[in-house]
Formats: sequence, C-alpha cells, structure tokens
Amino acid sequence: MSDPNQATDLELLTFKVADQEYSLDIMSVREIRGWTRTTPMPHSPDYMRGVINLRGTVLPVMDLARRLSLPCQEISERNVIIVANLGGTLTGLLVDAVSDIVAVSESDLQPPPEMSPEPHMSVVRALTLIDDRMIRVLDLAAVVPATADEAA
Amino acid sequence: MSDANDPMAEIRASFFIECEELMEAMQDGLTTLDEGDDDPETINVVFRAVHSIKGGAGAFGLEALVRFAHRYETALDDVRSNKFTPDADAMRLFFSCADHLSDLIRVCRDDDAIPDDRSAELLAQLDTLLGGAAEEEEEVSADDFEPMGVSISLDLDGLGDLPPLDFDVDDAAPMDETPCYHIRFKPEQEMFETGNEPQMLLRNLAALGEATIECDLRDLPPLEALAAETSYLSWDITLIADVDEAEIREIFEFVDGLCELSVRRAGSDTDAPAVTAPIETSSDGFADLPEPPATVPDDPDVPVAAAPAPVAAALAPSAPSAAPAPEEKTARKPAPAKAAGAAANGPKSVVRVDLERIERLVNLVGELVINQAMLSQSLEQAGLSPHSDAMNGLEEFQRLTRDIQDSVMMIRAQPVKSLFQRMSRIVRESSAGVGKNVRLVTVGEGTEVDKTVIERLADPLTHMIRNAVDHGLESTEDRRAAGKSAEGIVTLSAAHRSGRVIIEVSDDGAGINRKRVLEIATNKGLVPADASLTDSDIDNLLFAPGFSTASEVSDLSGRGVGMDVVKTAIQSLGGRITITSEAGKGTKFSISLPLTLAVLDGMVVNVADETLVVPLNVVVETLSLGAADVEMLRPGKYIVRVRGEFVPLFDLGVELGYREARDSYVGAIVLLIAYEDGARAALIIDGIQDQRQVVIKGLDDSFFRAPGIAAATILGDGQIALILDPADIIAEASGASRTEALSA
Repeated sequence: MSDPNQATDLELLTFKVADQEYSLDIMSVREIRGWTRTTPMPHSPDYMRGVINLRGTVLPVMDLARRLSLPCQEISERNVIIVANLGGTLTGLLVDAVSDIVAVSESDLQPPPEMSPEPHMSVVRALTLIDDRMIRVLDLAAVVPATADEAA
Repeated sequence: MSDANDPMAEIRASFFIECEELMEAMQDGLTTLDEGDDDPETINVVFRAVHSIKGGAGAFGLEALVRFAHRYETALDDVRSNKFTPDADAMRLFFSCADHLSDLIRVCRDDDAIPDDRSAELLAQLDTLLGGAAEEEEEVSADDFEPMGVSISLDLDGLGDLPPLDFDVDDAAPMDETPCYHIRFKPEQEMFETGNEPQMLLRNLAALGEATIECDLRDLPPLEALAAETSYLSWDITLIADVDEAEIREIFEFVDGLCELSVRRAGSDTDAPAVTAPIETSSDGFADLPEPPATVPDDPDVPVAAAPAPVAAALAPSAPSAAPAPEEKTARKPAPAKAAGAAANGPKSVVRVDLERIERLVNLVGELVINQAMLSQSLEQAGLSPHSDAMNGLEEFQRLTRDIQDSVMMIRAQPVKSLFQRMSRIVRESSAGVGKNVRLVTVGEGTEVDKTVIERLADPLTHMIRNAVDHGLESTEDRRAAGKSAEGIVTLSAAHRSGRVIIEVSDDGAGINRKRVLEIATNKGLVPADASLTDSDIDNLLFAPGFSTASEVSDLSGRGVGMDVVKTAIQSLGGRITITSEAGKGTKFSISLPLTLAVLDGMVVNVADETLVVPLNVVVETLSLGAADVEMLRPGKYIVRVRGEFVPLFDLGVELGYREARDSYVGAIVLLIAYEDGARAALIIDGIQDQRQVVIKGLDDSFFRAPGIAAATILGDGQIALILDPADIIAEASGASRTEALSA
C-alpha cells in the first residue's frame, strides 16, 4: 500500500480479468453483484453477454475479457458483475473476481507507453504499481460503447 | 422559462398551465353556446376565462396577449350583457379568436414572434361585428393597458379600469349623477389572523367619498357563547362617491378571499336580488350556529369552518338563475382563475403532479407485480399446501397488487377531451381552407386513455380529420345535389371496448370511390392491372405506401404523408386501424388501441434456451407442422401451407441467432402472425409456456437497439425476457425492406 500520509487523489477498485489485474475509479462503480444468468440480446457484439434484471431495470452486461480481447474463460458462479455508471448510464462489467480497494495519488499514475498495435491499450488510461504489481486503470468511457453504431 | 432557479419563471410556467385549463373551459363554453345553449352561466365561463388570461398576461407584461384578450373580452361582454346576440358567423369568429388566443399564449410561452397581422385581422372583424362601440374602446384600452404591463397584481380587476360606460351596461342611471354604492363587508377569522384591520379599510373607503358605515351586530352571540377569536361583525356601507367599482374593490384587495364582500351599485336593480339573497341566507345560517352552545362547543374553529359552507350552498343554486348579474359581483373571490374552471366542471378537486413522479410510481408498481410473481413461484416450489395461510395470504396479495396496478394506470389515464378539442380546431381551420361547411360531432369525450397514447395519437388523428374534411366530404354543391344537408358532419368518437380503446373518425361524405382508388393503385403499380380485389381490399389500398387519392395535392392533406404513415403511427402504439366505407353514406376509420403502454398481453414462448414474449395481438393461431405442410421454396427458404394459403416460414431461433437451423421442421410448433394488412407469416418456436400480462420495460437506450426486439420484461424468476416485434424480425429476415417501404 502507498504511504498513508500521502494525499490520496483517487481510490481504485481492482479486479481480475483473465488473470490480469485491472482497476476502475471507485466513483464510477455503483455496486458489485454476483453472477446471474444473462438474457442474450440478438445481433449484439460478441462481447455483450446480454441483459440482466437489476432491481427492475434492464442492465446490459459486457464480458470484459472479450471486450479487451483477452483469452476467454469459463463463466462460473464465482464471476462477479461490476455495475459501472458512466454519465448516468449503467453497464455491467463481467469480471473474474474483485480484489481490493486501493488509494493512490494522481502522481502515482503513469500514462501507458505508446504501443499502438495492442488493440486494448486505448481503453487503459494509466498504469500504476501497487505492491510491485502492475495495475491497469481502465478508461470507462472507452470501454463502454457510447453509440449504437459501436454496439451494432 | 428554462431557468429553474428563477422564481418568476416558475410562476410564469404555472400561469401558462393555468391558461391551458382556461382555454379548455373556454372551448367547452363556446361549443355549448354554439349548440344553442343560452344559459347565461355559459357565456360567463367563457368571459371569465378570457378575463383571467388577460389578468395574468398583464402581470407578466405580455402586452400583445393583453391587448387581444381585452378586445375579445369586450366583445364577449356585449354578448353577456345581451347587447349582442351572436349568430353562426359571429360564433365562427369567436372560435377563431379563441384559437388565436391559444396561439398567442403559446407564442408568448415560447417567446416566438407574435403574429400581429392575425390579431389585427381578427380584431377588425370583431369591430365590424360589434359596430362602432368597440372603436372608442380602443383608445381607452391602449392608455390603460400600457402601465398594466408592469403591474404584478393578478387580482387587479382590469375591466374596472375602463370607464363605467362599458361595465355597468345594465345601469340606467345617468352619467352625471354621483354613483351610490351599497357595500357589505364581512371579515372572516383568517382576515384577523393575517393582521388586517377592518378599521383601516373602512377609513380608506370613507376617504373616497361620502360614506355611511353601519356595523351589523346581528350575528353577535350572547357573551357566554362568544368565542374570543371568532369574527361576528359585519359592516354595511353606503358610499356616495364618483368612483367605479374597481376602485372600491381595490381597497379590499389585500383581504381578498379573507372576507365576504359585495359591492352593489344603487339603481342597478337587475343584480339586486341575486346579491342580497345569498348573503341573507348565509348570515342567517351563520347566526344560527353559535346560538345552541350545547351542540357547538367553544371552539373558535367550528363556526368559522362552518361559515363558508352555507355561503357556498346558498350561492350554488342561485348562480345559474342569477340572470345577467355577473357572478363575480356576488361571490367571494378566493381565486378568480380557479373559480372559472371550477364553475365549468363542478366542484372537483384536482392535484397537479409532476409526470416524473407518476412514472416512478408506475415503475414501482411494475416491480411489485414482478416481485409478487417471484414470490408466488418460490412459494409453489416450497411445496406449501394450497390451503396454507401463506398461500391464502398470497392470493390476497395478488388481488391487491392487481388493484394497485389498475389504480396507478388510472392516474396516467386522461380523458380524450383535450385531444378532441384540438381536433375541433383542425376541423374549423381545414373546412375554412377548402370552403366547406363542416361540423365536428364528438362522442365519448370522457373516455380515458393513457397519457402517452393521447400524446402520440394527436398527429395521426389530425391527419385523419384533415383527410375526412378534404377528401371524405363532398363539396357543398355536390352535397346539395345528392340531397344531403349542406353542412358536412365529421364524427369523432371514443369508447372502451373489451379492454381496448376504440377511436373512430367518420364522415357523412360520398364514401370511397373504389373505381378511382383502384385506377390510381394500378397506375402507380401498387396492384397488377388484372388483379381482382374485394371492396375491402381496395379500401385498404389507402394505407398502401405512396398512395394519395387527391387528384391535385391540396394544401390540407397533401403534405407528402399518406394514410400509411398514420397506420405506422397507430401500429407503433400497438394499435390497429380499419376502414369501412359505404358509397354515398360516408367513410369510417376505426382505431383500436391498447389501454396502456405499460402492460401487454403476451404469449410466453421458448426459443432455444431463451424465454421470449410475443405480443398476443399479432398471433392469429398456433399450429404444429405436419410433414406435408412445409414446402421448400429454394434452399433455406420454406413456406408453409395453412388451409390452402402459402405463408412464409421463419425459424425464430435462427433469426435471433440463438441456434442453427434444424434439419427437419416436422412437428415444430409455429405461431401464425398476421400483419394489419392481412399478410401473414409463420414463426417456428420451440415451445409455448403461457399467456399472461407482462410489464413492459423499455429498451430506449440506443445501446440496446436490436432489430426485432421491441422491449423487455421481467419474468417471475427474475430473469429478463425479450418482447419481440415479429413484423420487424420478418422484415429483417426476408431482406425485403418492409419497414423502409413503410417509412418512405
């Protein structure tokens, strides 16, 4: 963990996707839910798992591993869905497991090096080291398709 | 208006909402008058509506509105005072003025350009109608109303600013004589509670002229029955002063609604009985109250609370018979604007609620229904006896849920009246445009329909009404030649029928000219030249995309949209539209709509491992395929024979991408789907679960847009099931861009 005296700029929720560690700004996380069966939407992109019932509203759920072009793993009861809020729109992100909440300061974040050909790098906003492990900070706006064109 | 923090904007917004209500009351009144009703109360309602709009507009500095409303009001006042009896032409002008007034209100609300030309034109017509009287009026009103722009007082009796000439029309007293007023003033407890002092008021009154003030002690109870905080006193004032009534009322402006006030000008005997009668009654009734101390305890609230009741009761029966006496003069004026509305619709108390809150409630009730389904499913699974307390309780719970659901849906329901009123304007304008004499008859205005349905019905209905006036009805000459009355009748009706709303637009015109329709359709290549069509087939050609019967595109209905657009709009509401026509008798369009857009009767089906809901209204029948039923058209394309008719066959599982096509469809279950135009298609499904009402969850987010999916719902097990739009799926599958053709 980082120095407790240091001013913390943001808190990150870290989680695992296909054995890789990712994180999201905790302010954009609305809740974390256990896995429930999704209802597939026809003609949707392959990374969209479908929709679930989130207390009466229809929540689209995205398979984050597929979205990041990571090797896909068997979905089991142990998976969790992170409900993320982007500008008022809720999206579920299917991940392997949630690990921790860590506080970091903005100065701990490094921009990802320019390695363009990697297709999922554009969705990574920054990198940071926590206990000597590299954590990728996701850019939620880039992960969640904003328009119908992208989703279709 | 957009600025939510501006308190003025809020008041302004509520003024405009009030205007809408007033306009509705006014339209009602005018329609009643037009039907030949000569009840003076009717014209009073119209007059008061215009007056209240003017008053409010003055407060907000909406000068154009004030000016027009004022002149319109003057004209109405002449009718009210029997100086002028409107004939059919005058009524038409009054209607036009009402339409223009509502235009002006809208323009003022949206800060658009003010159509001064139209105002001037209508005002000129009003002047011609009423003769010279209005001319001298104009100068006065121009002077008087400029300062009104900055006035904040809504109660300011704008009329009174005019010389008595036009107000006290009944008054036979010559002008040079100093007017004498009888004023009765009875403060209520609230007036003292708000710190007003009658003495001040009386002193101000005395300052106007020569006043004789008498205190009326009749109501004063014996000392032992006297409640210290209750008001028992009233005053009779005789005032001889060269002022008009408004100036007198102005003194009492700040205690408006806190006292009973009547101002009567001596010599105006017409309203004398009307004024005194209710007051006498009320004071008698009032005086009785404190007398028996046994029944009325020393609670100061009781007499006061009871006091308004007899007054209202006494006023109510006298109001209609009050001849030309304006009710304003006799009644206490709690809120002038409200009074106008209430008088028209009887005492019905209404709460204005933000639509968002209702939406929230509707959503919550949807939740409740789903939760209850879940609960009953889990109780069943727990293997409880159907006679156990839990199961009995559940039954009760289900009944309550259903009741709550119905009640909540009722909140969203609105009478179609407002919609019909808009249509009466369309008829007036469009009939004037084509020079036909048309009357709109409305039936079932009180029929209630979901608010959203009403909103989305306005455009298609406008189009249909225009069509009826433009194409449906013959020209006046043709009507005469056919032995019909010169006046064409368009009937707009609404009714509830077996859980749906039926709205019908019919005209008594010549009916559909089927020969001509067929000719056009053939010319446009919509049907083959040698096709033999039944009458109803031909009628339905009107709904075909790109069809228009008018030989020349007229200003009214030929706006590039045809009945096909109307049909699409109705279908998007889950409705159906049908047409019937009889030569020489007229044409009738009949729209059938679901009561609400929040719940849907659906068939719950299985496809692959998924549960889907198909709207029940498109399912004609279900069948199981036999070996001889399916024919291959070409590889991958099948058709099915249903009683000699060939119907295209689609595999829902494949179309939705849930599974691969099957090798054989023998034994498969098929839903026969019918379009509104009678075309059919068959959808292969894997099983049918149930038929039930489902709560519609919108997928309005662009993120969810999937072809063939209309919405979603939540099943008893908490899972989401998609609600299909079969027509869309088939359009998508057959590649034939059915939807594109419709929207073109």
